[in-house]
Amino acid sequence: MSSAGSIMPDSAPGEVSNPLWLLAELTYRCPLQCAYCANPVALRYNDELDTDDWLSVFEQSRALGAAQLGFSGGEPLLRQDLEILIRSGRELGYYTNLITSGIGLSEARIAAFREAGLDHIQVSFQASDEELNNRIAGSRKAFAQKLAMAQEVKAQGYPMVLNFVIHRQNIEQIDRIIELSMELQADYVELATAQYYGWALLNRDHLLPTRAQLERAEAVTNDYRARLNGSGPKLIFVTPDYYEERPKGCMNGWGNLFLTITPDGTALPCHSARELPIDFPNVRQTRVEEIWYRSNGFNHFRGYEWMKEPCRSCSEKEKDFGGCRCQAFAMTGDAANADPVCSKSPHHHLITDARERAEQGMQQQPLLLRNHHNSAEAERLIAKG
Amino acid sequence: MSALALPAAVPALNRHFRFQWEPAQDCYVLLYPEGMVKLNGPAGEILACVDGERDVAAIIACLKARFPEADGIEQDIREFLGDAHEQRWIDYA
Repeated sequence: MSSAGSIMPDSAPGEVSNPLWLLAELTYRCPLQCAYCANPVALRYNDELDTDDWLSVFEQSRALGAAQLGFSGGEPLLRQDLEILIRSGRELGYYTNLITSGIGLSEARIAAFREAGLDHIQVSFQASDEELNNRIAGSRKAFAQKLAMAQEVKAQGYPMVLNFVIHRQNIEQIDRIIELSMELQADYVELATAQYYGWALLNRDHLLPTRAQLERAEAVTNDYRARLNGSGPKLIFVTPDYYEERPKGCMNGWGNLFLTITPDGTALPCHSARELPIDFPNVRQTRVEEIWYRSNGFNHFRGYEWMKEPCRSCSEKEKDFGGCRCQAFAMTGDAANADPVCSKSPHHHLITDARERAEQGMQQQPLLLRNHHNSAEAERLIAKG
Repeated sequence: MSALALPAAVPALNRHFRFQWEPAQDCYVLLYPEGMVKLNGPAGEILACVDGERDVAAIIACLKARFPEADGIEQDIREFLGDAHEQRWIDYA
């Protein structure tokens, strides 16, 4: 009876559906320095929304229909008011997700969050062994802490998602990553190949796997799926779009499901959109309803009118919306262009060149860890193009 | 095709899912880590009867009493619960 439930909302064409997912990026501060961090390269740590600002955002977004609330960052545990925010989110009827590195978590805090009504904890890992994990995270103590906290999350009865960002430095150990997830009794495991925005785009030569590495990793994952046969963790393998010939239907359409609020209150249709040359509204000045339905930022790429060729006349435009606006902008300089992942894009060679570089193991510049010190250097590199 | 739920089985919602009415969607939903399943009318009404105490026979009786005009719902309910079990939405006590 697969007709009993559907994951995605069904809105009529041209009609703006309500937000379902509210991602609260509580802070950009983070104890880790992952080179594929999804935060902007221009890290501004100050001017965070205060508790009351967030509570108002939660209330307004819930009234519009948002049902999932993610507490993310940076590292959300650095917010001292996290428990208050969780309690409010749960009382409003959200399903509450804590997306954390595990650094700063403790048995007592996990219990306090449970009591406040937290539904789920996602713990990120960088690798399946201590040495590589800590090198990628730029932290000497990260791995042991993550292991202890993942065990505690399960011991306290939460559903647990483990998230591994997969790239050329850890993709060869995907079998051990899956084994570790089974030992930790994860309910879901996201094997998410890095997406190349911001920090990850700068570090792409160090991160993009070769096609052979990718195919092997998918085969190993499929092998474990067959062996697990529905028991154990559910394995979710997110393929990198760089090895596709058609782009992903990014965010299921611009301003369709997702609402991200950054630490300073800027509202975005996805967490990467801050890199776009678009003036996005801020919850400090504008009501969420106004932002979602009527702001220029959120209406910018809704519908199909904004498209250029080859997207405009493409029979697949309703499936992939021309791909990702952030990727189109970062690689071609124009966010209204087709995502270069598409083989119909005149810029598709930018993708095939990157594949070729991965094949050759070429590295133009040293790995740039995500931290405040490197932020200025990263901005300089992006400005240079 | 998943197995039909047996009349004596006692289904309970998997504690990793939350079942609630969503006014904005105008339907019951199941919420789970970072996801949501929108349930159609009958599926929502069936899951609303799943409380970890009623067995499948009692759930069928309950729904028959609520929807006396609906014919042959017994098979639909057992099929749906079988499917819900396969999806891990429910466990049997």
